[in-house]
Amino acid sequence: MVESKHQWKAWLYLAPAIVLLLVFTVWPIINTVRLAFLDGYNSLANVGGQTFTFGVKNFLDVVNSTDFFKCLKNTMLLCVLTVPISTLLALLIAVALNSIKPLQKVLQTIFFLPYVTNSIAIGMVFAAMFNIIGTPHIERLIQSKGIVNNIIEAFGGTHINWINQGSEYWANIVVMVFYIVWNALPFKILVLLGGLQSINKQYYDAAKVDSTPRWRVFSKITVPLLSPMIAYVVITGFIGGFKEYTSIVGVFGAKMGPAHDPGRLNTIVGMIYDALPQSNYGYASAAALILFGIIFVVTMINMQVSKKRVHY
Amino acid sequence: MSENKMKVMNARDMGRVRALQSITKPLVIAGTYAFLLLMALIVLFPFYWMIISSLKSLAEYKMSVPTFWPLQIVLQNYLDAFTTAKLGRLFLNTAYVGLMSTLLSLVITVLTAFAFARLEFKGKNALFAALLATMMIPGELFTITNYQTIYIFGWQKTFTVLIVPFLVSVFYIYLLRQNFLQIPNELYLAAKVDGTSDFKYLWKVMVPLALPTLISITILKMMGAWNSYVWPRLVANDDAHAMITNGLRNAFTDTSGNVNYPVQMAAVAIVSAPLFLVFIFLRKYIMSGVSRSGIKG
Repeated sequence: MVESKHQWKAWLYLAPAIVLLLVFTVWPIINTVRLAFLDGYNSLANVGGQTFTFGVKNFLDVVNSTDFFKCLKNTMLLCVLTVPISTLLALLIAVALNSIKPLQKVLQTIFFLPYVTNSIAIGMVFAAMFNIIGTPHIERLIQSKGIVNNIIEAFGGTHINWINQGSEYWANIVVMVFYIVWNALPFKILVLLGGLQSINKQYYDAAKVDSTPRWRVFSKITVPLLSPMIAYVVITGFIGGFKEYTSIVGVFGAKMGPAHDPGRLNTIVGMIYDALPQSNYGYASAAALILFGIIFVVTMINMQVSKKRVHY
Repeated sequence: MSENKMKVMNARDMGRVRALQSITKPLVIAGTYAFLLLMALIVLFPFYWMIISSLKSLAEYKMSVPTFWPLQIVLQNYLDAFTTAKLGRLFLNTAYVGLMSTLLSLVITVLTAFAFARLEFKGKNALFAALLATMMIPGELFTITNYQTIYIFGWQKTFTVLIVPFLVSVFYIYLLRQNFLQIPNELYLAAKVDGTSDFKYLWKVMVPLALPTLISITILKMMGAWNSYVWPRLVANDDAHAMITNGLRNAFTDTSGNVNYPVQMAAVAIVSAPLFLVFIFLRKYIMSGVSRSGIKG
């Protein structure tokens, strides 16, 4: 090339990005691994002159802490509930949207709306919808049961303490699943609808000639041809699901649980952030590496499964 | 004879199938619309509830039988929200961080993407592959060391800490590089023959041609600043630097006792409004950016 003499010019263009990447991306990767293997590394103790030996104590501390299993359970539970539900719902909505003409654009816009929201702000709206004002466990001291309970009672059910003082774990999880699915739908619908619109119409015409029943068209044409997009939203869904954090802060506040049991809904990401202000960097680093490991393994499993299932 | 009979039967069966389809088809269409409208209702409900709650008086909000339209519209809630959550200051902080980080990020992204798309240098492909590889690592892993680093730099509780660590986005570089690569090389060579400098060519030809991608990046970056919560809370959660999401969450942490819910909902509505405005006017750019990224903000 003509330019080979002026290689330094290219590096000039790259310089700002490279400097920033070295400081805020490359160094953190190296350092996080280093800190994770320095037993009990704490930056305050480090300033105080303490030295740390190489070992796997941090990982053992993380795995042996009661917090870890609670956080892992919450994270996994939310993942295995929200990813299938939101994927299935998004698939149904996308297929339905693709089959209609009038109102299609309007509905498409409506379904995208939850994407352009602030997860903390709308989390607060969900909290308000499920919130009981008054004393939840004493019927006559309840002022307002919240709109969700009002709707349940309008259909003949009894009200449930969803998020307040004394609420049960499963009720908290239901609220979170509801919110996370609501929040996850737009992206999935967008991707799946995009995929549907690029499917060759000839397949459907052929099915029509053979007067193939609708569900067969769906299961034998639509789903197989859409399988790469389905795999994509499932994989990104799991990756996002394992990093669940801000949606819970939105609904329950930074205490990550109902008033009587703070931290009940904490997740692995939340656990990492909790360790930072205490300068427990070794512990936090080990937890982050474990999270990375889990995400990596789950993604690999997902890819293996989709390799067998994804057509073409 | 029998062949003829079969033809008749076939025709009759076909007729029956067609008749069945003509009955089921409207039903299927009605069912499809019913399902979509129900889902749309569920999707819209929180927004509706946020808006009407923000306009109610506290007494009306607490009524045991809810009203679906405010009996009396209380606009005062919005003024109270501004003062309670100090939204004015938070708006300014967030706007400053959003604008600065978007501008600087655009400059860096353009320069880097240009180098990868048009310039020749040793190790180009290896470096680009290495950049892409970092995209697989969850952001939480960087946060720990960055938290430590910014304390070493003495950047805690400054705007710098909210802007600088996130200026380089490998994903945006990738997006823009792909866009730059689509611009025919002939243009570049012609410009070289005319003695145009690389920088002038980048600025006068490539940037205008890649404008839609740059707009997508701008919007996503601004939305990212508007929605950022975790990092600002860790490193700059004081009044002078708090971002809008943090301010909102901090102002209404208590969910029991004497919370003024309508004011809280008004604050939430104010924070949500700019996102909706951006969405209404720039929907095309947001949706195209999002479908390629799969990340929020």
